Amino acid sequence: MHPVRKKRLILIGLMVTGVSIAVGFALNAFNQNLMFFYAPSEVIAGEAPADHPFRLGGLVTVGSVQRLPNGLTTRFEVTDNVKTVAVEYTGILPDLFREGQGIVARGQLNAGGTFIADEVLAKHDENYMPPEVAASLKKAHDGATAPATEAATP
Amino acid sequence: MIPELGQFALILALCLAIIQAIFPLIGSLNRTPGWVALARPVAWGQFVFLLLSFSVLTHAFLVNDFSVLYVAQHGNTELPTIYKISAVWGAHEGSLLLWVLILAGWTVAVASLTRDLPEEVVARVLSVMGMISIGFLSFLLFTSNPFERLFPVPVQGGDLNPLLQDFGLAVHPPMLYMGYVGMSVAFSFAIAALIGGELDSAWARWSRPWTLVAWMFLTIGITLGSWWAYYELGWGGWWFWDPVENASFMPWLAGTALIHSLAVTEKRGAFKRWTVLLALLAFSLSLLGTFLVRSGVLTSVHSFASDPTRGLFILIFLLIVIGGSLFLYALRAPSISRGGGFANLSRESMLLGNNLLLLVITALVLLGTLAPLLYDAFQWGKISVGFPWFTSMFVIFTPPLIVLMGAAPLTRWKQQDPVALLRSLRLALGISVAAGIVVALPMSDGSVSTGLAVALSVWLLTTLLISLQQRLKHKSGVGGLLADIASRGGRSYYGMWVAHIGIAVFVIGVTVVTQFDVEKDVRMSPGQEIQLNDYLFRFDGTVNRKGPNYHAQRGTIRVFREGKEVAVLHPEKRTYLVQSRPMTEAGIDAGFMRDIYVSLGEPLDNGDWALRLYYKPFVRWIWLGGILIAIGGLLAASDPRYRMRVLARLRSSRPPADAIAAEGHA
Repeated sequence: MHPVRKKRLILIGLMVTGVSIAVGFALNAFNQNLMFFYAPSEVIAGEAPADHPFRLGGLVTVGSVQRLPNGLTTRFEVTDNVKTVAVEYTGILPDLFREGQGIVARGQLNAGGTFIADEVLAKHDENYMPPEVAASLKKAHDGATAPATEAATP
Repeated sequence: MIPELGQFALILALCLAIIQAIFPLIGSLNRTPGWVALARPVAWGQFVFLLLSFSVLTHAFLVNDFSVLYVAQHGNTELPTIYKISAVWGAHEGSLLLWVLILAGWTVAVASLTRDLPEEVVARVLSVMGMISIGFLSFLLFTSNPFERLFPVPVQGGDLNPLLQDFGLAVHPPMLYMGYVGMSVAFSFAIAALIGGELDSAWARWSRPWTLVAWMFLTIGITLGSWWAYYELGWGGWWFWDPVENASFMPWLAGTALIHSLAVTEKRGAFKRWTVLLALLAFSLSLLGTFLVRSGVLTSVHSFASDPTRGLFILIFLLIVIGGSLFLYALRAPSISRGGGFANLSRESMLLGNNLLLLVITALVLLGTLAPLLYDAFQWGKISVGFPWFTSMFVIFTPPLIVLMGAAPLTRWKQQDPVALLRSLRLALGISVAAGIVVALPMSDGSVSTGLAVALSVWLLTTLLISLQQRLKHKSGVGGLLADIASRGGRSYYGMWVAHIGIAVFVIGVTVVTQFDVEKDVRMSPGQEIQLNDYLFRFDGTVNRKGPNYHAQRGTIRVFREGKEVAVLHPEKRTYLVQSRPMTEAGIDAGFMRDIYVSLGEPLDNGDWALRLYYKPFVRWIWLGGILIAIGGLLAASDPRYRMRVLARLRSSRPPADAIAAEGHA
């Protein structure tokens, strides 16, 4: 092999090795940072991880929002029109958080089965439903006899 | 009647785009001067018709012509004039019209600023741009016509999304599009060169200023978007790793790799195939960005509508562009000559490392962005990729990038003596390591990551200063500096210098704001005081206020430091009347060293409010860095050696090979 080519190959080989190791780290971290989405029915059925954060999505049950006095803690329920999960969140809720509307919350279940959210996202505009929520509502509707609400169609 | 005129102009523009795509290319291949000469006038014609079409849509918004469906959806009589204009690109159809208009604008810029280039090259470049234009114009006409009529005509329009009723967002899309679409020029130059089989340093020199300008616009667009998100979304973040942000960031990363690789190709004739591949990649990522944003496959503030035909159309277009250009590349790449050789330690090898790192980051961002789509498509579950992952990825890959960034300007092209390099770097190395250790010591901060970031910024600053000092060694004072800036090749260097300073400023900003910011969500009653760091916040309640097209509850918060009032902030909670949706308008006391940021959360009982109180040190440095990077790009693009007349003189007086050799040490 031509010596210049060989030198070049060594250089590129070294760079690729270094980068591959770093990419290995990045991909490993990637797997740990994946967060799965679950609908309330799936959570109640025990499919959601008990010891790992995940995302929960659905409609805020009408009449369930309850603010605790003297703080910023809010309790509410999230439903897919079949099952509901209780959620507790401390902090400021997004502008578009309202009863009957689709939300996605990020957090973890506690021992009592309440979902402790550390972030709550509401849809970005009036006509928009998070696609995961729309899909899970549709699934829940197809699988159960519960009537779909108007809100289920984006 | 007038809207039909706009549509008619759009159809004519498409016809001209088809002519522009076919005839000049064929003419350049079988040497028919008449067909080659078509390219420029047709490009101008297309631009004029698109401008007409765009003006018609703008006019429809200004006169509230709600018989046009798009205007009825996004316009409103109560909208302030500036937002009536920005509403033109506030949603899907209009923003695509802006896209093709900007493409036509870049095309006529290429047509008129390339008088001194060989006619066939210009004809091929314009022809490739015509092909891109065909794709977007047919997308516009067949799936998203902005001039569709609505009957019966409503009396009032649906209004512009309140989030978009803001100056930052009025200018953000045009800037970003200038960057996205500008990447098509580098792409077209690359394809034209592949078609012609002439990939030489002249090609790199022609496409370099265009790429720099496009990249500068992309930088400005991304910086504006980040600034807007910070003050408008009401929770004080400046980057969210939102898929759409990533969609604009990936072409930026590939574009950054491209401008560095182009430098090597221009100066040393090396990396030719690689540079071509990057030019194809940068534009493909711009198209991918459009696909991600416009097809509605992603959950984002930017996704306007989810219409499967649109997504399918862009996907097919994307496959044709990427597939076609890669096929052409595979066909031609083996015949591209090898460039100048270089040693393992040389500026070329460092720039190779820079390219490799930038592409790895691009690939990982791509993975993080597309993973949710892939998982969904394969039914592996619905996932999202956490913010921390993107961050940790940057912490892994940015440090080596910055180490190279500091060392490369002090390294010679072709071959560098390691001992000499170490000698010129040891001062910078010493200072930066010392600075990092001092910051990381327990009595100052104690955090290793802050120490690392400070060391890296100091490293970048000191190496840049040493490089400047070496460059100006034989020139005296300010006069010498100014003469050097005006010289051929001077602004390329100073462009690099300013942009790299921008990176250092950005790194400092990001580090300080992530390490030392204080964020507090609190419940406050009127008259209540809360201490945050050195600052005392007093909430003085809210009053009602009426805006032009909204109602607002306007809070008053007084901020004191050591008993002295430093700011009175008025955050607002607005309800826009038409879409009846609430909006948070933050109250910000901006400063070079820190921002104080207050936003109203929600009203609680007894006049209490949930409030966000933030203290954000050095947050402005993030955007200041972005501005410096953009200025660097502009400086480099304005280098006198890209002026075509100079180039023409050069070409007529010397054969190109000599010219490159003469530039070699620049």
